[in-house]
Amino acid sequence: MMRSEPRALQLNEHGQLKHFLTLDGLDKAILTEILDRADSFLSMGEQSVKKVPLLRGKTVVNLFFENSTRTRTTFELAAKRLSADVINLNIETSATSKGESLLDTLKNLEAMQSDMFIVRHSDSGAAHFIAEHCTPNVAIINAGDGRHAHPTQAMLDMLTIRRHKGRFDGLKVAIVGDILHSRVARSQLQALTTLGVSDVRLVGPKTLVPSFFEEMGATICHDLEAGLKDVDVVVMLRLQKERMKGALLPSESEFYRLYGLTEETLAWAKPDAIVMHPGPINRGVEISSEVADGEHSVILNQVTNGIAVRMAVMSMAMSGQLQSEEPAAKDEK
Amino acid sequence: MKLDLEHSLASMKTQLAGYCKKNNIEDAIVVGIHTGGVWVAERLMEAVPTKEPLATLDITFYRDDFTKAGLNPKVNQTLLPAIEDRHVILVDDVLMSGRTIRAAMNEIFDFGRPASITLAILYDLGQHELPIAADIVGECLMLNPDQRVKLMGPEPLNVSVIDTH
Repeated sequence: MMRSEPRALQLNEHGQLKHFLTLDGLDKAILTEILDRADSFLSMGEQSVKKVPLLRGKTVVNLFFENSTRTRTTFELAAKRLSADVINLNIETSATSKGESLLDTLKNLEAMQSDMFIVRHSDSGAAHFIAEHCTPNVAIINAGDGRHAHPTQAMLDMLTIRRHKGRFDGLKVAIVGDILHSRVARSQLQALTTLGVSDVRLVGPKTLVPSFFEEMGATICHDLEAGLKDVDVVVMLRLQKERMKGALLPSESEFYRLYGLTEETLAWAKPDAIVMHPGPINRGVEISSEVADGEHSVILNQVTNGIAVRMAVMSMAMSGQLQSEEPAAKDEK
Repeated sequence: MKLDLEHSLASMKTQLAGYCKKNNIEDAIVVGIHTGGVWVAERLMEAVPTKEPLATLDITFYRDDFTKAGLNPKVNQTLLPAIEDRHVILVDDVLMSGRTIRAAMNEIFDFGRPASITLAILYDLGQHELPIAADIVGECLMLNPDQRVKLMGPEPLNVSVIDTH
């Protein structure tokens, strides 16, 4: 079957998001709208009452074919703060193990009149496949698919950068570690490029930093010092041991010696550089405890920002779904 | 149409002071609705017997038409003190359908149960769609269907009636 274009699939006829599958085809204006809206939700998170009725009466299903506690929890919290009803389905332990096919599972969830699926899957393109095969008025949000994309993670990283640096123009950003297996790196590179960062360096051993990323506008560095020199932002990635098959690395201690972020190696970056990590962190494998807990680290801010970004994306996709059914109404006082 | 903004504001202040006195309202919390309501509320503060600073409310997330109109991505922060058992004076620039005020009251009640809510409006345009009326009104206006009141501020505060055609 022919794949429909992601742009056509995730935008409605007014150009608004109705699914959020990938950053492919999303322009700077839409990414900025996500960040602006997330900023609003972030300030709401500081209030004594952290809940608004935007998605009241809507049913959101967290469809996790692959385990991820942090992503699932922040999506659940985001949906609840928007007043949606949330169901968490851990598919590994449910009907698919009894032989039900993916499409049958989805058809059942649709029959329960769900309004939004948050999809996490180890196969690249899974969210896209579900968006193509679901009834058109269910919004699909990609919460990570295989090696392909993790767009909400990339956007929460962009929000973190914008809140700490106040801009994107002229920033130098290094993404360090296991780029090959990282859907986060791929989405981050897209987001950074779209938002106007021209100096993005991908740093790691040859086996984990494939050269085709150069075509996406990044500089490839196999030397940590060259990669970190004068950067404003350091993004450390987790060494994805569970995805590694074959001898891509001599050993973890070898990796830490060459590419680990420690107080000594961080000194190559700008004095006010921020350190980010999508989590979960492997202390002593890609990052030292001193740096992870140190003053440059914004790793926990990323978690807080993740809730706001997920609220922004969910509310935009739901509003885009509803507006694709009827023409946009006028603003009334 | 020429509107005398200062006259309407002065009239609101007189009404507010009298209203608070008559109803024994002391230490009220004045809440302006973003954006125009905040500007009007700033001007009314001196007429209200209170020690509380101005509180602000952004009702974007409480609108009943967000699925149709979409959301304004830039939402201002709602800054409300503890409102349990307090008298609230809710201020907006314009009252028309009443839907903004409905949303504002829902939001206030999410933060607690106020002792009372008094509604102060600079311009009441009629055309109410809900059983909501203002206690204090700067001026009642009868506009043609294609006319709108536009408040510009915060300094200087100006108002004009614009034709949408």
